[in-house]
Amino acid sequence: MKHTLSVLVENQPGILSKVAGLFSRRGFNIDSLAVGVTEDPTVSRMTIVVDGDEHMVEQVEKQLNKLIQVIKVRVLEPGRFISRELSLVKVSCRTGDRGDVMKIAELMQARIVDVTTSTLTLQFCDTDERTETLLDLLRPYGFKEVVRAGAIAVEKGCH
Amino acid sequence: MFVYPKKQHKGVFAVATGAEIMVKCLEKENVRRIFGYPGAAICPFYDCLSASAIKHILVREEQNAAHMASGYARSCGKVGVCVVTSGPGATNLITGIATAYMDSIPLVVITGQVNSWLLGRDVFQEADITGACESFTKHSYLVKDAADLPRIFKEAFHIASTGRPGPVLIDVPTDVQNQPVATWQYPEKANIRGYKPRTQGHALQVKKALAAIAEAERPIICCGGGVVLANARDEMTAFAKKSGIPVCATMMGIGVIPMDSDLYLGMIGMHGRESANLTMQQADLVLLCGARVGDRAVSAPQQIAEKARIIHIDVDPAEIGKNMPVDIPIVGDVRQVLKSLTEGVTDTVPEAWKQKVLDYKNQFPPRGEPREDFVEPRVFIRDLSAMMEDNAILVADVGQNQIWAARNFNVKEGRFLTSGGLGTMGYAIPAAVGAKMAKPHRQVVAVCGDGSFQMAMCELGTLVQTGTDIKIIIMQNGTLGMVKEFQDKLYKGRYIGTILKGGEPDFVKLAESYGIRASFAKNNAAAKEQAAQMLQQDGPYILVCRVDPATPSI
Ligand SMILES: Cc1ncc(C[n+]2csc(CCOP(=O)(O)OP(=O)(O)O)c2C)c(N)n1
Repeated sequence: MKHTLSVLVENQPGILSKVAGLFSRRGFNIDSLAVGVTEDPTVSRMTIVVDGDEHMVEQVEKQLNKLIQVIKVRVLEPGRFISRELSLVKVSCRTGDRGDVMKIAELMQARIVDVTTSTLTLQFCDTDERTETLLDLLRPYGFKEVVRAGAIAVEKGCH
Repeated sequence: MFVYPKKQHKGVFAVATGAEIMVKCLEKENVRRIFGYPGAAICPFYDCLSASAIKHILVREEQNAAHMASGYARSCGKVGVCVVTSGPGATNLITGIATAYMDSIPLVVITGQVNSWLLGRDVFQEADITGACESFTKHSYLVKDAADLPRIFKEAFHIASTGRPGPVLIDVPTDVQNQPVATWQYPEKANIRGYKPRTQGHALQVKKALAAIAEAERPIICCGGGVVLANARDEMTAFAKKSGIPVCATMMGIGVIPMDSDLYLGMIGMHGRESANLTMQQADLVLLCGARVGDRAVSAPQQIAEKARIIHIDVDPAEIGKNMPVDIPIVGDVRQVLKSLTEGVTDTVPEAWKQKVLDYKNQFPPRGEPREDFVEPRVFIRDLSAMMEDNAILVADVGQNQIWAARNFNVKEGRFLTSGGLGTMGYAIPAAVGAKMAKPHRQVVAVCGDGSFQMAMCELGTLVQTGTDIKIIIMQNGTLGMVKEFQDKLYKGRYIGTILKGGEPDFVKLAESYGIRASFAKNNAAAKEQAAQMLQQDGPYILVCRVDPATPSI
């Protein structure tokens, strides 16, 4: 099962490798990891999606907490947070297919950001689930490249 | 493109260089001794050391600087400090750092580094030591600006010694050591946003634990190194007495309550005592105290947890539930938690259980008979133990010698030190030297195998040079006994790579060449007599015991 963790860390060099190292060393499966600075420039937030059982998530949380530069770890409760993922999808499409691909883009509310005679590039920002749907719809045309950023997440309400 | 260093400090009115600040920081932390080995990249620091009252102990190989600092830290409860140069100095130290990490020993480790503008270019003697040690340091710093040194040192000592202790690495490039700093001040306190270790156990959890203890019919306490680290020996003894619950220990927890107490069952685990293991298997309540449930101590945690309720007390929340399912977790300083538990506990242990446990103890007495043709090591350790002062420190190396020592040495008021987590051969001699420096008025004895002795024998130089009075016992069986025993049991006695015989020095002559007194004992009677002499004499001594390679570990 997938779990989303929101981790506040000191914005210092080396912390990314410490977090990544921890995951690989302890055999935790990391799905995605996104980092960015917060409203406080000395603090960064990492959104980490991991795949595993309850026991693993508990260990991930505790081990992350042990890192000195980690300020706070929250395992986000399913249904209680908003999560978004950015992707850029370059689809091969010859002239005849262009209309179809554009229709899919419109339907899914993806933006077309680049066009060539043989490709279309879509920008999409939505949930993991909807991203998968978009990719399924586009797959028959053939991918040139799919670039997905890790998910970022925020808790619902006024936390 | 080569970037030349910026002359940003030109014109700064400097009060100190980075190296001077480093030395001053150590003085502020009341560091009296540091263990190390120099090289070009750490020379600015060494130069400033000459003007300080801090004593530098020159080891003969860097790994041993960490072991010495570890023995020192464990014996006096302060942070041990070691210092080495960049590149090979730092990489040689790695095993020592990892050894300390696995046993949660508070160290501050200082490494020299190449000039900061050359970092990442693979220049002469560059090694990414913070990267290499990432997974076995509690925290590490690569210093880029000398102005950060005071804060970093304050934090390093704080992190190393609080919560679950461990080694902290500070990597300082040569130019940072030479960097002039206009003003500096040693901070009063470390203030780290994400690091606030919990000390007091949660009151509700303590209550739950007490209720579980009252309900239990077959309870047992299992102590780990955390009890020793928390300096909670008295609290543990008091709790065990008041509650009447029998106590066993992991290798790191040895000595946690007086061993001759009725309640003490001995060491558990693969090499543990039958009495302890049988009791553990039948328990309906296990109180784990500062024990991390390593596989050598508890090989089938699941099985035990199926039969028993588990209370786990540890200062490191990540240990709780890591290797064993837990019913009642208590995060906090073991000493504080034990105090709270003792207040509320009464002796509700059924007599039948107490009796059963005592019966096990009598049923499985210590093994081995004195011999005339060899020194029977288990008997000898018991003899030695009886001769040693109550507050003596015994340091065991790794291998069969370690098991003989762990199972047969009776810790009274003293200490039992060994590398439990990493099981690093060669630990005993340097750790014993460090321990003696911390407690100069106590007897300190190191027990080694002939293999492990040879891994650290270069440190005889250090001990002679510093006039450190430790006694060393070598259990000479001509083999890497413990591995050979494995080969006997699992590989049909095909000995490969485990025979030392034919390549061993005359250890007595070797000792004498360093000016260390030494003797050779061929049987138990001789060993006992020579050990008595050894303990009476001032100055270091090496006692070589001829041991039958067929002697089992347990
Ligand atoms: C640095 C290191 N290398 C290898 C080992 C694996 N090992 C464990 S016990 C042992 C044999 C130790 O031999 P010796 O010191 O002679 O002691 P004995 O078992 O004979 O008492 C070995 C090689 C280890 N623990 N540490």
